[in-house]
Formats: sequence, structure tokens, C-alpha cells
Amino acid sequence: MKQTPFERRHQADWQDFARQLDALERGKPGPDSRQFPAAYRRLCRQLALAEERGYGSRLVEQLQQLALRGHHQFYRHRSHLGAQGIGFLLGGFPRLVREEWRLVLAASLLFYGSLLAMGLLVYHFPELVYSLLAPDQVAQLEAMYDPDASRLGRFGERSSAADWMMFGYYVMNNLGIAFQTFAGGLLLGLGSLFFLLVNGLSIGAAAGHLTGIGYTDTFWPFVIGHGAFELTAITFAGAAGLKLGWALFAPGRLPRGEALRQAAARSVRLVAGALLLLLVAAFVEAYWSSMTFTGTPLKYAVGVLLWGLVAAYFLLAGRPAHAPD
Amino acid sequence: MSASLAPPPAGTARQLPLDTRYPVETPEGIDLALHPAGLVPRALAFAVDLAIRGLLLLLTFLALGQFGELGMGLTSLLVFLVTWWYMVLFEVLNQGRSPGKQLLGLQVLHDDGTPVGWAASLTRNLLRVVDLLPFGYSLGILSCLAHPTFKRLGDLAAGTLVVYRERPSPHPALPEVAAQPAPFALQADERRALLAFAERQSSLSAGRRRELAGILAGPLQVPEEQAEARLLGIARELLGPT
Repeated sequence: MKQTPFERRHQADWQDFARQLDALERGKPGPDSRQFPAAYRRLCRQLALAEERGYGSRLVEQLQQLALRGHHQFYRHRSHLGAQGIGFLLGGFPRLVREEWRLVLAASLLFYGSLLAMGLLVYHFPELVYSLLAPDQVAQLEAMYDPDASRLGRFGERSSAADWMMFGYYVMNNLGIAFQTFAGGLLLGLGSLFFLLVNGLSIGAAAGHLTGIGYTDTFWPFVIGHGAFELTAITFAGAAGLKLGWALFAPGRLPRGEALRQAAARSVRLVAGALLLLLVAAFVEAYWSSMTFTGTPLKYAVGVLLWGLVAAYFLLAGRPAHAPD
Repeated sequence: MSASLAPPPAGTARQLPLDTRYPVETPEGIDLALHPAGLVPRALAFAVDLAIRGLLLLLTFLALGQFGELGMGLTSLLVFLVTWWYMVLFEVLNQGRSPGKQLLGLQVLHDDGTPVGWAASLTRNLLRVVDLLPFGYSLGILSCLAHPTFKRLGDLAAGTLVVYRERPSPHPALPEVAAQPAPFALQADERRALLAFAERQSSLSAGRRRELAGILAGPLQVPEEQAEARLLGIARELLGPT
């Protein structure tokens, strides 16, 4: 068949298909959207014919554009975000963490190791805190956790608006840190290592310093609750970044680009999980950790409970009830 | 990736196109050609998005600044959303187009030509931080200039591609000439070339048309002056009766 009769025969089909595409692209599929897959396959067949028969590039390009638009609609990733999110929370996330236990362990050792080491050092050699934090930062830190001033500032009975302010601040600050820690992994993992170390060192320095000057009753009850989520999330973000770096460093049997792509697809899910943890942490930090009418023992009890919950979740959740066959 | 850059073995029908078109084979067994967008349109799109975001934040500060601490909390939440989620939300919910990309006719797709999803969009936009290093998008620009399909580092990791969104092309009219049969059987690519010449002839100058047609005067066994009319006649014949 020659080109003109071919066009004349199918022109109505193509116009109809373009109309369906317009409707789908606007997100309002018409009643004939059930016929869309069949119409799309018909169009693909006609495109293949047109190319095979050497029809003019104008016709071929027109059909290719229609096919491309159809392809986008047909292979759109249907995101059932709700169902996916619940599945991820109930099993996918803890399973993913357990599968990546080597990297999570590495990131945790790095982070908690530097935190502990710096904490102990500062506790025994108090002047070391100034090697990491500027004097005015230290003063600010002391003011925040000063037991005598606990009626004021961050520990006073705040209005709900102030809780809101702190929540927003924690979300912006902590998630920013987590995202940077992840993204730094693309620099052969060096960025993630750097952020894990720096965060571990500065948190360790603050903890060691405040314990050393005797602010234990304000500092530890405050941080123990949300720390369960926040510190865990930082290590996960670090592990995700290290995964990117490792894929570039030792891609195995794959080309580096492909290894990176596969690692990124997994690690971005780790980051999404860390993001959820940080949201919880910001909520706990703004609404629970800052409350002062609860006694210190209760704070510790809840803190231990939360750490236990986080540990149980990542160790136990998402395991099948019985072994696979 | 490096495999696709290697020259195809001699004699294969499918040669790499001379331009930057990026072929994607679909499950239906057809090849779709994507047109990756280069550095300049992408930078312009980013500039537009940056301006929009700046404006949004400015308005937020002005509007919420009056509400004290609650306003500050909401502001930092909004700063967070606009900094990290602006691109992701637009790309996933608006067919791979942030407002800037929409303005410049660009679109983000997966490497296989399917619309970008949450995971890939989040990856490419979180890794933007690295593209910004060490200053002013240096790594991103270098990567974009060095890659055959202009990917920045975030695109490499996420497996995404920024392409031109196709617009329907105008239909060129073939000149009304009498159909003439070809003197010999034509291959498919020869037919395509002939039709392309006929379709494009209105955008070529007369001298260029004569020059191009003159190349084929020998095989067509006509004098050079008549080659153009002959070619148009054959093209008309190839199209078939109107």
C-alpha cells in the first residue's frame, strides 16, 4: 500500500488516539479509555509498518510522537503511595535494613564510635571541646541545658506555637543533614564518611561537655527519647550514602554506571525510611522531650522503651511467620 | 553505556544517528527516538525554577512572618518543602515537568522512556547537592558536557534522562507535479531519503535543491536540470494517488 491511501485509511484512528491521549494527559480519562491499550498497540503496528515500507519521515515522525505519548501513558508508574508506604513500613523497611546490615553496621560503628570516643575524651579532658566547637557555641549549648534556667527558654512550659516552631526547625535541620549525608556518598563515599564523623564528633563533644559540667539531669532526659529515632536515621542515611560510594568503588561484575544505578534504587529507599524516622524524631523532640512536668525517671523509662521499640522493629518486623519452603 | 558508543559492525542496518537522538526500544517492538536536552536549556529551566522558588519563599516570609512562633515553624517547614521537594513533587505529579522545564519544553524520563517515578525523582534531586559541588554546579556541568545524553551525576545514579517534549511538526505540502515511476526498484531507505527531499524542498533554496538533485542525475539518467522535477515526480508516485 502506498503512503497516501495508508494515511487516509488510518487518519481517523490517529485523531481519535490523539484525543484519548489529550484526555489522559489532563488526568481525565474519558469513557473510551478502556480501548486505549488496544488503540496503542494498533498504533505501534502502524508505526512499524510505516517504517518498514519506507514512508516519508513526516508521517513516521507524526506516528512516533503519538507512540511516544502513548508509551508515557501506558507505562506510567501507577503510584499507590498509600499501600506502598504501609507495606514499606510493615515489612519492607526493616527487611531492607537487615539486608544491608553490613553498611548499616559500618555507618553505626563510625558514627557511634566517633561519638563515644569524642564524648569520653571531652569528659576527661574538658578543654578538648573547644577543638570542635567555638566558644560562643559552647556558651549557647550551656545556656540551653542550664538546670537553673530551666524555667526559661527551650525548657520553659512553651506554648503550642513554640512547639510548632521547634518542630519545623528540627524537620528542616535534621532532614537537611540526613540528605547531605546520603548525597555525599556519591563522592566515592567520602562525603558520607565525613558527615557521619563530623556529626558523631560534635554530638559526642556536646554530650561529653554537658555531662562533664554536671548538666546530666537536663541533657540526657532530653535527648534519650528522640535520640532513638534521630541517631538511627543518621546512621541509615550514612549507610545509604556508603552504598552509593561502594558501588562506585567496587562495582563487582557490573559497569560502574549500572552498579551505581542499582545501588541508588535501593539506597533511596533507605533514605525514605530515614526521612520517616526523622519526622517521628522531630515530633518527639518538639512535643515530648521538651516537656518538663514529667519527672526525669519517666523520661529515662520512655527513652529506654523507645530505643527498645526501634531495635525490636528493625530486628523483628517483616519476618515471615514461618520459614520459606 | 560504553557498548552503545562503540561503532556498529559494518553491514548492520541500524546505524547510530548522527545527531543526539537516543533510541529506546519498547516492549511493542518499535524504536522511539528521544531527544536529550543539553546544558543550556536545562540551566535555563533550573534558573526559572530557582526564581519561582525564591519568590515563593519571599512571599512565605512576608505572609507568615506576622504570626510569631507558629509562623516561624510553618516557615521552616515550607523552606524544607520548597528546598527538597519542589522538584520531586512537580516531576512525579506533573509528567516529569517542573514549571521551569514546562516553560522550556523539557521533561524528565527514566532511561527506558517511561515517566519518572518517586524513587528516581527523589534520587536525582537529593543528589543535586553533589552536582552543586564544589561551587556553582561545577560537577553537574562537567558531567552534563561529557555525557552523550547530557546527564548530570544525579541523572546517572537515578537512571533518568531530560528530554525535549515533542511538539507536533507542521505538515509540509508536496508540490503538485505529475507522478512518474522510478526507473528502478528503490530500497526502503532510498524511498525515505527521496520523500524527505520532497518534503523539505520548500525550506531549501532553489540552488541547493538543484545541487542536491544533481547528485542523482546520473543514476536517473536525466540531465542535471531535470533531476529535481524527476525526483519530485517519483516522490509523488511513491506517495500514491491522492
